[in-house]
Amino acid sequence: MFDASKWHMKALLLLMMGLFMSVSVYAMDASDAPDSITIDAIAQYYEPVEFDHAMHTELAEDCSVCHHHSTGNGTSDIYCSRCHSDYKELDRVSCQDCHSVDSFSAEAINRQGQQDLFHADMLGLKGAYHQNCLGCHQEMDGPVGCEDCHAKTDAGEKLFDSGKYAPEPSEGGGSHH
Amino acid sequence: MSKVSRRKFLAGSLAGGAAVVAAPAKKALAAGNFSGFPDGMGVLVDLTRCVGCRSCEAACNKEQNLPKPAVPFDDTSVFDLTFHHGTQKRRPDENAYTVVNRYEPEGMDKPTYRKMQCMHCNEPSCLTSCFVKAYTKTDEGAVVYDEHVCVGCRTCMVACPHNIPAYAYSKVINPVVKKCIFCYDTRVSQGKPPACVDICPAQVMTFGKRKDLLKLAKARIKRNPEKYQTEIYGEETVGGSAWMYISGAPLDEVGCDTSLPKEPIISNVKGFLGVVPMVLSIWPALFTGFHLLATKNKDHHDSHHAEGEE
Ligand code: HEC
Ligand code: HEC
Ligand code: HEC
Ligand code: HEC
Ligand code: HEC
Repeated sequence: MFDASKWHMKALLLLMMGLFMSVSVYAMDASDAPDSITIDAIAQYYEPVEFDHAMHTELAEDCSVCHHHSTGNGTSDIYCSRCHSDYKELDRVSCQDCHSVDSFSAEAINRQGQQDLFHADMLGLKGAYHQNCLGCHQEMDGPVGCEDCHAKTDAGEKLFDSGKYAPEPSEGGGSHH
Repeated sequence: MSKVSRRKFLAGSLAGGAAVVAAPAKKALAAGNFSGFPDGMGVLVDLTRCVGCRSCEAACNKEQNLPKPAVPFDDTSVFDLTFHHGTQKRRPDENAYTVVNRYEPEGMDKPTYRKMQCMHCNEPSCLTSCFVKAYTKTDEGAVVYDEHVCVGCRTCMVACPHNIPAYAYSKVINPVVKKCIFCYDTRVSQGKPPACVDICPAQVMTFGKRKDLLKLAKARIKRNPEKYQTEIYGEETVGGSAWMYISGAPLDEVGCDTSLPKEPIISNVKGFLGVVPMVLSIWPALFTGFHLLATKNKDHHDSHHAEGEE
C-alpha cells in the first residue's frame, strides 16, 4: 500500500536514476506503478480512496485512459493524438502534478484567460478524479455511489445532515422545495 | 420603531454606497447592451457533468447558515417531489438558495440534473424594480441586497424573470428578501469560488471571469458538437447573467425558460419609467402602504404556508 505523496518521491528518484543511466526514454509499464495506492490528497468530507492500480491497469485499454500520454505509451484518444502522438514519458505522471488541488486558485482562474494556452480549460484535481473515475464506472458498471469509493467522515455527515446528524422525522425547519 | 428605521434607511440609500455602485449599471441600461462589469466573475454550469449528488445544496445550507433540512442532503427522493399538481419541480426559497432538480428529456438515456439559484443578471430587474435601492450589482458580478433597507414589498419577486427572490417571514421585523448572493461576503469578494462550486465533485461548475467562461463554453461546444446544444443559457438571456448553463439536452426540457427575451426585463417596461418621478414624490405614502401590506402578509403567512404553497 502506498501513499501517493510518498510514492511521488520514489518516482522522482527512479526518474532521476533513469536519466542518469541513459538518455533514451522508455515508456512506463504497469510495474512502474504500485499495485495499490491510497489516494488522500484532498480527503476531508470523505475518507481516502483505496485504489487498486493493478486491477485497473488490467481493466483499462491502456495507461492513457487515465494518464493521457504522460506515461509515454502514446494516447488512444484520437482527438488528443492529433497533437500528442509522440511516445515520450513526461516528468509529471501523478494527476495532481497538473490538476491542481485548489481548483479555482487565482492562478487557475488566470489560466482560463490566457490566450497563448491551448488547454485553458483545466480541471482541478477533484474534478479530474471524478470525471475520470465516475465516467468510466458509469460506462463499465463500476461503483458509482458516493460512498462506494469513500465513506463519509464525521465532517461529511455534518455537511449532509446525514448519519448521526440526520434530522428527526419531526425536525427540519427547512422546507424541501 | 418602524418610523425610526425607515428614516435611517432612506438617508442611507440616497447617500450611501449602494446608490454609487448601482450608478454604472443604470447608465448602461440606456444602451440596453450592458454585458456586465469587465472583470465580473461568473459560473459556467455544464449540465452534462452533473450526477445529481446534491452536494451543492448541502454546502450552500452550511455556508449561508440556513435551517436544517427536512431530509438529509444525500437523500435523492426529493427529486420525485412536485408541486402545483405536478406542474412544478422544487424551487429555491428562503430556506434553500439553491436546489437541484432531475429531468428526463426525451431520447436521452440518462437523466439530466440541473441546479438552480440566482443567475446574477448583468442588468438585474430586481435591482431596477426596487423602490428603495436595496439591491446592488457588485463589481464582481454578484447581485446582493441590504436586508435593513428592504421593506418587503415583493416587487423584485414579481420582476425577476427567473422567479428567484423569496421572503422570510420568521423575522420579528418586516419580511425581507432572501436569495443566493453568490457567497459574496464570505467568498466571492475575496476571489474565492462560492461554496456550491467549491464542493462539487465533478466540477460541474467552473468559476472564473464571465468573459473567459464564455470562451470556455464555446470551445467545449465546438469541440463536442454532438454532445452539446449550441445555445448558452444566460449568455444573452434577459441581458445576460453571471451564471450560465450549457447542456446536452434541449434547454427547455431541463427547466430553462427559453421563451425569455434577449433584452433585459427593464427595457420592456420603459414606458413605465415615466412613472418614476411620481413615485418618488409620493414614496413616503407608498412605504407606509408597503409596510402595511408586508405586515399583513406576515399575519397570514402561517396558514398560507401550511397549505403547501409551491
Ligand atoms: C484507471 C486509471 C489508471 C490507469 C489505467 C493507469 N493508472 Fe497509473 N495511476 C492512476 C491513479 C489514480 C494514480 C494515483 C494518483 C496519482 O498519482 O495522482 C496512478 C499512479 C501511477 C503512478 C505513480 C505516479 C506518482 O507519481 O505517484 C505511476 C508511475 C503510474 N500510475 C503508471 C501507470 C502506467 C505505466 C499505467 C499503464 C500500464 C497506468 N499507470 C495505468 C490511475 C491509472
Ligand atoms: C490542437 C493541439 C492539441 C490537442 C488536440 C491537444 N493538445 Fe494537449 N497540448 C497542446 C499544447 C499546445 C500544449 C502546451 C500547453 C498548452 O498550450 O496548454 C499541450 C499540453 C498538454 C499537456 C501537458 C504536458 C505536455 O505534453 O506538455 C497534456 C497532459 C495535454 N496537453 C493533454 C492533452 C489531452 C488529454 C488532449 C485530448 C483531450 C490534448 N492534450 C489535446 C496542444 C494540444
Ligand atoms: C502532464 C499533465 C497532466 C497529468 C499528469 C494529468 N493530466 Fe489530466 N489533463 C491534462 C490536460 C492538459 C488536460 C486538458 C485536456 C483537454 O483539453 O481536455 C487534462 C484533462 C483531463 C480530463 C478531462 C478531459 C479528458 O480527457 O477526459 C480528465 C478527466 C483528466 N485530465 C483526468 C486526469 C487524471 C485522472 C490524471 C491522473 C491519473 C491526470 N488527468 C493526469 C493534464 C494532465
Ligand atoms: C477504465 C475504466 C475505469 C476507470 C477509469 C476507473 N475505474 Fe474503477 N473500476 C472499473 C471497473 C469496471 C470496476 C469494477 C471491477 C469489478 O467489479 O470487478 C471498478 C472498480 C473500482 C472499485 C471497487 C473495486 C475495488 O478496487 O475494490 C474502486 C474503489 C474503484 N474502481 C476506484 C476507482 C477510482 C478511484 C478511479 C479513478 C482514479 C477509477 N476507479 C477509475 C473501471 C474503471
Ligand atoms: C470511483 C470512485 C469515486 C466515486 C464513485 C466518488 N468519488 Fe469522490 N473522490 C474519489 C477520489 C479518488 C477522490 C480524491 C480523494 C483524495 O485525494 O483525498 C475523491 C474526493 C472527493 C471529494 C473531495 C475530498 C473530500 O473528502 O472532501 C468530495 C467532496 C467527493 N469526492 C465527493 C463525492 C461525491 C458527492 C460522490 C457521489 C456523486 C463521489 N465523490 C463519488 C473517488 C470517487
